[in-house]
Amino acid sequence: MNAAHEVLALRARPRPASAPSAVLTLAWRALLKIKHVPFQLFDVTVTPIMFTLLFTFIFGGALAGTPRRYVQYLLPGVLVQTVLFITVYTGVGLNTDIHKGLYDRFRSLPMWQPAPLLGALAGDVFRYSVASALILIVGFILGFRPQGGATGVLLAVALVLTFSFALSWLWIIVGMLVRTPESVMTTSFVFLMPLTFASDIFVDLTTMPGWLQAVVGRNPVTYLASASRSLMHGQPAGRDVLWTLLASAVIVLAASPIAMRLYRKER
Amino acid sequence: MTNAIETTGLVKHFGATRALDGVDLRIRLGSVYGLLGPNGAGKTTAIRILATLLEPTAGRATVLGHDVVREAAAVRSKVSLTGQFASVDEDLSGQENLVLVGRLLGLSWRDAKRRASELLEAFGLAEAAGRQVQTYSGGERRRIDIAASLVAIPEILFLDEPTTGLDPRSRSQVWDLVRRIAAEGTTVLLTTQYLDEADRLADRMAVIDHGRVIAEGTSRELKASVGSNALHLRLVDAGRRAEAQRLVTRVLGNGVLPAGEPAEVAARLENAAQAAAVLSALSERGIEVAQFSVGDPSLDEVFLALTGRPTETTHTEAKR
Repeated sequence: MNAAHEVLALRARPRPASAPSAVLTLAWRALLKIKHVPFQLFDVTVTPIMFTLLFTFIFGGALAGTPRRYVQYLLPGVLVQTVLFITVYTGVGLNTDIHKGLYDRFRSLPMWQPAPLLGALAGDVFRYSVASALILIVGFILGFRPQGGATGVLLAVALVLTFSFALSWLWIIVGMLVRTPESVMTTSFVFLMPLTFASDIFVDLTTMPGWLQAVVGRNPVTYLASASRSLMHGQPAGRDVLWTLLASAVIVLAASPIAMRLYRKER
Repeated sequence: MTNAIETTGLVKHFGATRALDGVDLRIRLGSVYGLLGPNGAGKTTAIRILATLLEPTAGRATVLGHDVVREAAAVRSKVSLTGQFASVDEDLSGQENLVLVGRLLGLSWRDAKRRASELLEAFGLAEAAGRQVQTYSGGERRRIDIAASLVAIPEILFLDEPTTGLDPRSRSQVWDLVRRIAAEGTTVLLTTQYLDEADRLADRMAVIDHGRVIAEGTSRELKASVGSNALHLRLVDAGRRAEAQRLVTRVLGNGVLPAGEPAEVAARLENAAQAAAVLSALSERGIEVAQFSVGDPSLDEVFLALTGRPTETTHTEAKR
């Protein structure tokens, strides 16, 4: 009882964590969750392997003569598509936490308010990196040989992660607006499906009818896929990289204030 | 400043629903205060406004002198909330949850870990420390929720239905914790549907119904407002209750108190001698009495007398 006396005694509270420290702590939480629920990594391991194998072997012969030749074109794009698909789980995870009441605790703590969202995103970027690494490994096994070398590959992955981070803000908004994790999933894929398939991930832009080229050519995912292909194969990518970064910046600048307002708003 | 919490005309609308309809509260520093009422009465809304999670539609609330809307950050630095639902991460272990909160509150890793062990020890959770919270029993769950609110001891602790769904042993453990926390100087505001809980823990309480405070005071005052003496009878045959109630009304010359259980009859007495008159009238009519007592009215009866409806607890007991 004497010990308990000390434990519960009212005393001065410490000064709340700084913004970066709060974000890092919440990123630590995201990694702990992966440690405790390794199944969480299922979607970032199985999906990438499955997508890479499926698309390479199903489309490879028809589109490029052999799967091995096709994988040179496809791999940077399938990396983009797979990682973008995984970004949806950001919204799903957030929705679950909110509905369980955990965010009530976070919101009532004296800390920098965006920290829980940024911390969750930091954990997600780790998951995106795991997925990227796996896709590259499967690609190498299938004969993918990037001409841009390690630097090109790393730059491409960094660009994909940047755009994924930006896109995740949209799913954060969805995650706060809809009621169940399942509807976060459905709603997000309604946007994500056309966004990834109406791009040059699978086939070259020039093979499409003119009107479609006009649409697909302006899809930010096309810029991202073209940029990562060019980077990995050591070709000039400046314009596509710039457009991708610009699109990422626009998404973050537009979506994060909305996300923060929703976060602070009552539920 | 003697009041920890003051609200004036607090109103909260959710669309067409008036969750709070003008609530005035004065809660003294260092006290345990109970918000008592059935489901949907507005208790949780009130506590969420005070913990800065909701903004009131109208009216004003201050916590330790800080306005909950304009000075939300100042309020958050002095209070802790244990919500009705999960307020810890179920995927993480109990120890990790407490370290997480400690870090967010600004403790170093070392201090956060030391504080976590202290709390786990004090809350009887040392054995469960390494397990994921989702494997915890209801009582352990509640204790880790409360522990997470005490990583830094708050000046005010909000507990939203701290014992709902707990078995009797876990309930009394939580009660014991609340008493220990209050004894150290933290002001506690708790909501409850259980009248005996408010009776045991709270220095003062407000009875809330449909977003309004319908009674306020100490448990003794609330009981006195219904009548100082009450007669409780339990009949052998519940089927004869209506008959017994008519008889009691005739003997006492005033209305019976609404009673929760089917075989129960309760009535206000002016003096103890009236009890004898009631009993003999009943036995003359051949209505057998299994049990009787004269004493303070229970808080269930207070609630019934104030609202004309039984509380949630009496509902469920009546069904059993």
